[in-house]
Amino acid sequence: MAEPTTFNPVIIGFLCNWCSYRAADLAGTARTHYAPTMRPIRVMCTARVEPEFVLKALRSGADGVLIAGCHPGECHYVEGNIKALRRFLLLKRMLTQFGIEPQRVQLVWAAASEGHHLAAAVDRMTEELRALGPLHWQQTVLRAKADIPLIKLEVGG
Amino acid sequence: MSNDQDQIPPISPPHASPDEERVGVYVCHCGSNIARTIAVEDVAVWAEQQEHVVVARDYKFMCSSLGQELIEQDIQAKGLSRVVVAACSPHMHERTFRGACQRAGLNPYLFEMANIRELTSWATDDREAATSKAKAQVKGAIERAVLQEPLEPLFVDINPNTLVVGGGIAGLTAALELADSGYHVYLVDRDSSIGGQMAKLDKTFPTLDCAACILTPKMVDAANHPNITLMTWSEVVAVDGFVGNFSVQVRHKPRYIIEDLCTGCGTCIEKCPSRVLDQHFEVGLGYHKAIDRNFPQAVPKYPVIDTTHCIYFQRGKCRACQVVCPTNAIDFTQKETFEQLEVGNIILATGYEQFDARRVPQYGYGRLANVFTSMEFERMVNAAGPTSGQVVLRDGVSAPQSVGIIHCVGSRDKNYNEYCSRACCMAALKFAHLVHERVPDAEVYNFYIDIRAAGKHYEEFYHRVLEEGTHFIRGRVAEVTDAARGPGEEGKLIIQAEDTLIGKQRRIPVDMVVLMVGMEARHDSRNVASTFGLGCDFEGWFTERHAKLDPVVTMTEGILIAGACQGPKAIPESVAQGSAAAARVAGLIGRRTIKLEPVRASIEAAACSGCRICNNVCPYHAIVFHEAIKISEVITALCQGCGACVAACPSAAITGAHFTREQVLSQIDGLLWDMQPGVLVLA
Repeated sequence: MAEPTTFNPVIIGFLCNWCSYRAADLAGTARTHYAPTMRPIRVMCTARVEPEFVLKALRSGADGVLIAGCHPGECHYVEGNIKALRRFLLLKRMLTQFGIEPQRVQLVWAAASEGHHLAAAVDRMTEELRALGPLHWQQTVLRAKADIPLIKLEVGG
Repeated sequence: MSNDQDQIPPISPPHASPDEERVGVYVCHCGSNIARTIAVEDVAVWAEQQEHVVVARDYKFMCSSLGQELIEQDIQAKGLSRVVVAACSPHMHERTFRGACQRAGLNPYLFEMANIRELTSWATDDREAATSKAKAQVKGAIERAVLQEPLEPLFVDINPNTLVVGGGIAGLTAALELADSGYHVYLVDRDSSIGGQMAKLDKTFPTLDCAACILTPKMVDAANHPNITLMTWSEVVAVDGFVGNFSVQVRHKPRYIIEDLCTGCGTCIEKCPSRVLDQHFEVGLGYHKAIDRNFPQAVPKYPVIDTTHCIYFQRGKCRACQVVCPTNAIDFTQKETFEQLEVGNIILATGYEQFDARRVPQYGYGRLANVFTSMEFERMVNAAGPTSGQVVLRDGVSAPQSVGIIHCVGSRDKNYNEYCSRACCMAALKFAHLVHERVPDAEVYNFYIDIRAAGKHYEEFYHRVLEEGTHFIRGRVAEVTDAARGPGEEGKLIIQAEDTLIGKQRRIPVDMVVLMVGMEARHDSRNVASTFGLGCDFEGWFTERHAKLDPVVTMTEGILIAGACQGPKAIPESVAQGSAAAARVAGLIGRRTIKLEPVRASIEAAACSGCRICNNVCPYHAIVFHEAIKISEVITALCQGCGACVAACPSAAITGAHFTREQVLSQIDGLLWDMQPGVLVLA
C-alpha cells in the first residue's frame, strides 16, 4: 500500500462557467491556497456534464471527480444544477456497484462569491482521496466487474 | 450584418483532420504573477514537444499589444490553425485573445485558454506541483483545441420598442431616456399610478428637496410623451421570445372607469360614501374612498374602483359615482383585458418592499400604538399626507416631546436580513432633522449600529444633524416596552439599549418610536424572475450579470434590471441605473442587429429518435417538436447554450457547439496525460 501521506491524488474538476469557475477564479484572486490536485474543465453548466465524462476521467487515471455548480435556485440556466444533481445521484449508485468509493465523485455548490468554499472542497476531497489511495481502475473496477454479472452485461467490453 | 467590425473574415482553413492541425502555445508570465510559481519556460519548452504543436513561446505579458502581435504573426507566418494561451482566467482575457486570432484571420473559436494564474499560480506555493498542473492544463487545452470548430456568431434583428416594468423612479427614468432618444416605450405598472415608492416620500436626503417636486414633473412627462405608452393597473403575465424579439402579454385589470371619457375631475371621489383605511399608499395612516387614486397628483389621473369596498360591488346598490360623473365615465361592467406587445428589450424596475416590522416582536410594532415604521413617519411628515405634515402621536393631535429612531430594523441582523438596506441611515438622519423642524422642543435619539453616510454630501448632512442636537446612541436596541420601572417612565415608551460607547445599558423613555425598516425583495420577485427568465439571489433580489462591471444587465440577453429590484438602493443609484439600462438598450437598438454567441445546441435530425426528452429538459422552451416528422429541433436564437439537452439526449443526436462530447473527452485525456489509464472500455 502506498503511504497515504505521500500520495497526491489527481482530481478532474468540472466547474460551471457562472458560479464555480468564478469561485475558483476568486479563490485565486484572493490568494486562497489549496491543494494543486484539481485539474479544471470549464463547462457552461453542470447539466452539461455527462456521466460518461466522469467515467472517462476515472478510466483515464483520475483518482476522483469533482463537479461544482451554482447553489440550487441560483443556476444561471434556471435549474441545470438540479438536473446535474439527479444525474449525479444515479451515477453514484452505478459507481458503487463498480466498487468505486463514494468519496471519489463529489458534487458541491459554490457561488461566484464562495472562493474559500470551493478551495475547502478541493482540500477536503484531496484528504479523503489520500486516505483512500489511488483508484487503480484496472484492479478495482475490473475485479468488481467479475463479481457482478449484471454490470458486466451492461458494460459490454 | 450591417456592421463591418462584427464580421468574421471567412479565412479559417478548411477543417483538417486533428492530426493535421498546427497549434501555437503561448505561456504568459503575467509579470511575476504566474512566473513566480510556475516554471513558465519549462512549460513552453515542454509544450513545443507535444503532438500538433508547431510553436510554443513564453512571454512577459501575452495580453499586451506586443504579446498579441506575437500570436498574430505566428498565425500568419507559421500557418497556425489553433491557438492555446496559458495565462489568466478566460473571464479576464478570452475576448482579448479571440480578437487577436480574428485579426490574424483565424476564427476566434479556434482559440483555447488554459487558466494557469487564478486556478494555479495564485492558488498554491508549491512550484513543482503548480508547474505540473499547468502542463496538464496546457495539454488539455491542446487536445481540446484540435477538435474545436470554427463558429460564426448569430445575428438577429432588434425590435426598437422597449418594455419597462415598474414606474418608480428607476423605471420612469429609463422610460423617459429611451423615449427622448426617439424609441417607443411601453411603461407597465401594476399600481394605479406611476411614481412608485418615491411618490410616498416627503423630502429627499441630503438636499431636503421635496420628492414630489422632482418626481411629479417626470411622471407628467411620461404620461404626455408621444413615445411612451403608459399602462398602469396592468401586469405582465407572460414573456416569450428572445433578445430583439420578445412577445409580451399584458393583463389590464379593470379600473371600472372609461379612460377616454374620464377628465379626472374627482367629483366621484368626493361623493363616494365608502371611506376605508388606506393600507397601501398611506400605509394605514390615512383613508381613501372606494373610488380613488393614490394621491391627488397621480398619473394617470383616472381613479380606480376598489371592488372589495365599493358598496355597489358588495351590495348591488349605490352608484353614487355613476350618478355624479359628468362624462358618464363609470362602467361597472368592465372586465380585464389582455394585450400582446412586441418588444426588443425589457427593463425590469420592479422595486422593493418594506420589511414588516411585526416580525421583530420586541420592538412592539402593531402592539404599542406609538411605534411607527419609517414609511408611516414619511407619510406623516409629507405635507400632502394624512396629517398634513404634522408630527403627531397615534391619537392624531398631540406632538411628541421625545422621539426614538431605531436603525437597522430587519437589516444587518442574522435573524432577518444580513445585508444593509443602505438608505435607512440617511433617512433616519433626515427624520431627526424633520422632527427638530416640526417640533422644535422635541428630543431626538438615534439608536444606530454604524452610521452609513457614504455618498455625496451625506457625511456633511450627518454633521449638520449632529449639530442640531440629535442624540446618537451606538448599540442595537434590545426592546421597546411600555412597562415603566420608575416615575419618569410612566406613560412613555421605554427603549432599552446597550450604549456600546460607554459600555452601559440605558433605558430612554420617549413618546414616539420610529423603526427604520429595511428593504426586502418583493414577495413575488421569484415568480417575476421566472416569468422573465432571470435569476434571483437567496434573498430574492434579481441577479445582475456582473456585480461590478455589468450591474444592469442580466444573464438573459435583452432583459435588464434597474433600481431596487437588484438590491437595496436610494434614489440617486436607482436613477443612475435607470439611465444606465436605457443607455444599454439604446445602444443595442442603434445597431439594429445583435450578435449572439454561437455556443448553442443543434439537433442532427437523422439521429433524433423523437423521444422528446430534450423538450422538457430545456428551461427556455427552445426545443420544438415537429409532430409530423417526429423530430425535435432547437430554435437557435432561444437557446442559451447550457448543454443540458446535449447531456440528456440518449441518442447523442444533440451537439453543443464549443462544448462537444469529443472536445470534452479529449480535454480529459489531455489533462490526465501523465496518468496511467485503465483499459476497460465502457460502451
